[in-house]
Amino acid sequence: MVQYTARRVAQAIAVLWAAYTVTFVVLYALPSDPVSILLNQAGGTGRPSADQVAKIQAAYGFDDPIVVQYWHHLVDAFQLDFGQSVSRGQSVTSLLAENLPPTIALTAVALVLTTLIGGGLAFLATYVGWRPLRSFLHRLPAVGVSFPTFWVGLLLIQLFSFSLGWFPATGSGGVSSLVLPALTMSLPTSGILAQVLIRGLDDTLDQAHIATARAKGLSRLTIHTKHALKNASLPALTILGVLVGATVTNAVVAETVFSRLGIGRLAQQAVLAQDIPLVQGIVVLAAGVFVVVNLVVDLIYPLLDPRVLQPTSSRSLAPLEVAA
Amino acid sequence: MTLADAELVRPITPAPPTADRDETSSRTRQTAHALLRRPGFLIAVAYVVLVILSAIAPRLFASGDPTQTEPKDKFLAPSLHHLFGTDELGRDLFTRMVHGSALSVEATAISVGLAVVAGLTIGVVSGYAGGWADSLLMRFVDVLLAIPALLLALAIVTALGFGTVNVAIAVGVGLTPGFARVTRAEVLRVKTLPYVEAARSSGAGPLRVLRRHILPNSWGPVAVLAVLDFGTAILAVSSLSFLGFGAPPPEAEWGSLVAAGRTYLVTSPWLTLLPGLAVGAAVYALNHIGKTFEELQRWH
Repeated sequence: MVQYTARRVAQAIAVLWAAYTVTFVVLYALPSDPVSILLNQAGGTGRPSADQVAKIQAAYGFDDPIVVQYWHHLVDAFQLDFGQSVSRGQSVTSLLAENLPPTIALTAVALVLTTLIGGGLAFLATYVGWRPLRSFLHRLPAVGVSFPTFWVGLLLIQLFSFSLGWFPATGSGGVSSLVLPALTMSLPTSGILAQVLIRGLDDTLDQAHIATARAKGLSRLTIHTKHALKNASLPALTILGVLVGATVTNAVVAETVFSRLGIGRLAQQAVLAQDIPLVQGIVVLAAGVFVVVNLVVDLIYPLLDPRVLQPTSSRSLAPLEVAA
Repeated sequence: MTLADAELVRPITPAPPTADRDETSSRTRQTAHALLRRPGFLIAVAYVVLVILSAIAPRLFASGDPTQTEPKDKFLAPSLHHLFGTDELGRDLFTRMVHGSALSVEATAISVGLAVVAGLTIGVVSGYAGGWADSLLMRFVDVLLAIPALLLALAIVTALGFGTVNVAIAVGVGLTPGFARVTRAEVLRVKTLPYVEAARSSGAGPLRVLRRHILPNSWGPVAVLAVLDFGTAILAVSSLSFLGFGAPPPEAEWGSLVAAGRTYLVTSPWLTLLPGLAVGAAVYALNHIGKTFEELQRWH
């Protein structure tokens, strides 16, 4: 177990470092010219003078060879220093820290909604006996993942803000302003979760131990909750990382649609302003969240399903036949 | 070499080539029958074909000029004359949508094309070569997977600049790891099958084995993923375009049309809701087609 944990943690750190390197290569070493992007950003009009260029180059270290620049950035990043935001003249780290709380609140509510909606839908879709409703519910998740997040947000605004007046359409104050953006973020992800859960439930319900439970005379509800859902939700845990990643991604769109403060909106504005250090800080932060969530899932999983640690089935999470 | 290897292989393969062809054609007929019995599938295909046609020849569906303004006809609600209504300058929204599909479909095609080519290359090299090349490539793919695709796309758009093609490239890079993984898994599966072993032991070179035996038998799941990823790419491209990173204003893309109509959501909701509905329907249709193919493959 200790060895397993150590290996997973080391892997997570390596992936994070590599993710940082990829964003560095994309943003600083790609064909684009960071100096002119930064100068345009700083409000310069017309052709920058050689003097200005030299100043920017010295300030950002662009006159060093790219490997040296990379090393300096990496050392800074290890100390959580991602440089200065160009468009806002503030350190990236403090900007991230300022904008993080509202996004964390939004993401948390969205994930809870995802679990409730996705789990509830999967439960109903496999529990309902009436065939037409059953097949309708089976198809519903695909609709959820098909519609653009920004459109879902605008539809919700139209329905619940303008027509019914239940929730505010924009702003970041109070709990009521959380509802619509969180719902916007959670509808596509609950579609993903429901698809995985429905497949898991359908597979589990076909298995021998369910037949045994039925033969014992247990009620449908007991079988569904105690025997099927428990087994089917274990594999769903492995997509938690995917869900969190998708939710964070949806935050970019949802916060823009609802004009909320947060990391997502900050990302949209940073890209519009081509603020290279800020964009890098946000992407690395998102990759970090994703890596940590996957690490936690990897560490919790063996506790819930000890078979993972057994050498024979170390890589496969699939075999559920044996479980009862 | 080729002759010798063909002669050596033939006795090993169970069915002679003619019988093989018959079997293939009857299987194709079976598949076609199975598909024709699904009205939902046919509707989905028809809708996707219409969207692609509208991108190639917009005048077939909307003869008007997408940029022609008509101030007295602004903010008209949808009607028979203006299917999607008109916008703040009196431009016909349906015409703009149809003409906008050229840019959006182009962007989608570029991103999926890039992802297929890059992903196939990585996956085939990784799965077929094995060893250190495999570990290296797969670690690279893992890293790309660790960055949420849309955020990676944001970084790439920041570096390359805005515009339809840059957005398409950014989305394509995000789709590549998925293709690489699926291709690799398929190549690994097919590589060890008896007929591939037979071809190899009868002296076929690695390239020939790859081209004649492995690739033709491993494209199925890759094709399904390509169809599904067309939907993913449409969503990603239109999201980036909605956020303002796509083609600049006079040009219309699906995402930017929704973004432009957003200002008038209170008074003219059709300006945002109808284009988004059309985009969602296209993605749903693609998902449905991909799922149907997947089910058919599982039967065979």
